[in-house]
Amino acid sequence: MRSPHRTTPAPGTDRSLLRDSSLVWLASGIVGVSFGAVSVAGGLPLWVPVLMSLLVYAGSAQFSAVGVLLAGGGPVAAVATGLLLNTRTAAFSLAVAEIIGTNRATRFLGAHLVTDETVAFALAQSDPVRQRRAFWISGLGLFAVWNTGVLAGGLAGSALGDTARYGLDAAFPAVLVALVLPALRADATVRRCALLGAALALTATPAVPAGVPVLLALTGLALHRRPTDRGAAA
Amino acid sequence: MNTTLVVILALAAGTYAFRLVGPVLHGRVTVPPRVQELASAGAVVLLVALLATGALTESGGFAGWARPTGVLVGAALAWRRAPFAVVVLAAAVTTAVLRGVGVG
Repeated sequence: MRSPHRTTPAPGTDRSLLRDSSLVWLASGIVGVSFGAVSVAGGLPLWVPVLMSLLVYAGSAQFSAVGVLLAGGGPVAAVATGLLLNTRTAAFSLAVAEIIGTNRATRFLGAHLVTDETVAFALAQSDPVRQRRAFWISGLGLFAVWNTGVLAGGLAGSALGDTARYGLDAAFPAVLVALVLPALRADATVRRCALLGAALALTATPAVPAGVPVLLALTGLALHRRPTDRGAAA
Repeated sequence: MNTTLVVILALAAGTYAFRLVGPVLHGRVTVPPRVQELASAGAVVLLVALLATGALTESGGFAGWARPTGVLVGAALAWRRAPFAVVVLAAAVTTAVLRGVGVG
């Protein structure tokens, strides 16, 4: 994001949050449309992508689960692959627990909104108030847009064609770059951990099941040592 | 019960359990500052690994040149502090154009 790390919030913050969120919503909405279209075109009834998007609400896991189902891979493989991809949300939920809030209802609702994009969006903000607003604005909006997109795609079938044509697959990594860059700029220790983690994940990708490379990246945290706490376990 | 429905419910329950880890532990156990710090750093590490594998790989292999080139253009613009919209649109348009002219 443009706002540098740890500065005072600028006026009109909600408008800039909405503006930046809306791009993520637009891109996710189109991916949602393609998820609905792929599922229905593959032969699944409309309720499958729609219900899955409401209850599972995790793009990569949904694509992999439907992929396994359509390939005839069996229910256990479909669930296992999806869950493996989603283990990272446990780590994300720890990182944003404070941001979500302490109220019981807020925690149970907020937990369901924990996704890569929303976590990145919230953590990229400069102060706690803005972080909370960013989490809820981008999270609720993303949930609405994703599910609407899936329903629309399921109804439209395969009319949209191959979404790779629109370059959307490049938009998502770019969203994440823009969101994590301030944190990487501000903190050399985090930068070292992230670079090692990404290198490990890339190296492991050809050899291990989907979902595992990103988890392996967490071993990059071994480099996370402050000068003051040498000897503390990382 | 329908097998597909069971798949959806199992995946949903497991995913929600993962997502509850943070909010349920929060306030119940006192998280030491060091662990809190590692959780925040861990989120950045995960996101960078996601974007790196997402930019470069597809089903365990190389994703082709169009996608990483688009992401690189976006990253360069982000580094120059270009607006968020410009970063994201430039990445998608670059990749779309490269594919349009036949780059994989």
